[in-house]
Amino acid sequence: MEYLIILISAIFVNNIVLAKFLGICPFFGVSTRVSVAAGMAGAVTFVMVLATVVTFLLQRFVLDPFNIGYMQTIVFILVIASLVQMVEMVLKKVSPSLYQALGIFLPLITTNCAVLGIAILTIQNDYNLIGAVVFSIANALGFGLAIIIFAGLREHLEMVNVPKGMKGFPISLVTAGLLALAFMGFAGIV
Amino acid sequence: MSRIKLFTNGIIRENPVLVLLIGLCPTLAVSTSAINGLGMGAATTFVLTMSNIVISSIKNVVPSKVRIPIFIVVIAGFVTIVQMTMEAFVPALYEALGVFVPLIVFNCIILARAEAFAQKNTVLNSIIDGLGMGIGFTLAITLLGSIREILGNGSIFGQRLVSADANTILVFILSPGAFIALGYIIAVFNQLRKAK
Repeated sequence: MEYLIILISAIFVNNIVLAKFLGICPFFGVSTRVSVAAGMAGAVTFVMVLATVVTFLLQRFVLDPFNIGYMQTIVFILVIASLVQMVEMVLKKVSPSLYQALGIFLPLITTNCAVLGIAILTIQNDYNLIGAVVFSIANALGFGLAIIIFAGLREHLEMVNVPKGMKGFPISLVTAGLLALAFMGFAGIV
Repeated sequence: MSRIKLFTNGIIRENPVLVLLIGLCPTLAVSTSAINGLGMGAATTFVLTMSNIVISSIKNVVPSKVRIPIFIVVIAGFVTIVQMTMEAFVPALYEALGVFVPLIVFNCIILARAEAFAQKNTVLNSIIDGLGMGIGFTLAITLLGSIREILGNGSIFGQRLVSADANTILVFILSPGAFIALGYIIAVFNQLRKAK
């Protein structure tokens, strides 16, 4: 039950993109087509869960016992950067088809603040290991949901006659605002 | 390019938020009030300028293959300094900015300037570039913060403009308002730049 609440609250109520503003860059950058957005969502899910588990274990078994919590930012960012690199190399060898699908998105994720953000929030929220896994999966799903819906909206937006000054990025921002407004309807369900 | 032009480059012609559209996560997230925007802007400007100084001074000894990890470590070091300083001296602001203080590391503006400018230019020019870009970011985020605070809370920098029980457009303090307000600011800024 506790994990179900984490799941629903992270996907709908406190959506990672639309309410917490993490991962805005890929949200706007790779949301021009639904298929591309779905690929990005898959890659983010993979890296986010892996990174959260690894950073969680590092925090519990290295940073906390040695009392060097102030190294958190530096350690986490290096771990995530090298993890992404490693995932890329392993995928290339082990599963070329998956690499074909996710490959181009992996380097982009290194500088995706959503991954570091969730890793830090997991520590701040003081979850146990299962909680950390559920929390990261839920946030990755929330990211996927938001970016796929938004990509669908933007595909339609291309056919709409937009006022000249609002063309391109401004109208996308306003659209994202309306989407965030729609997600606010979920507030209070948990 | 003259030094003055270099300085104003980051504020107007290549404003990171309004023109280059980078560093949007902190811009949208912490601009709930003008003072939060200013605090975030100041912290980012400090990290940006300091990392530009260090990176432009070590540019000749860093092998180009491993430059990105080295840049990230330099930036993360300064972010840790800012984080600890803020926690000690302005705990209220530190609380308000939350997870976005450590996330300054991932602010694309900083790595982008290290990569595109500091590693190719002299220390002095890199300082000017860092300050210009930082101030451009600060102005944009403070402007967004002010607009959201005025519309959503009826105050600016904590000073009330309307009586406390007046109806304000609360949605501008909440997340949808951030997207919508920034959308309109960028549209207006684009028009102004074109008109000039």
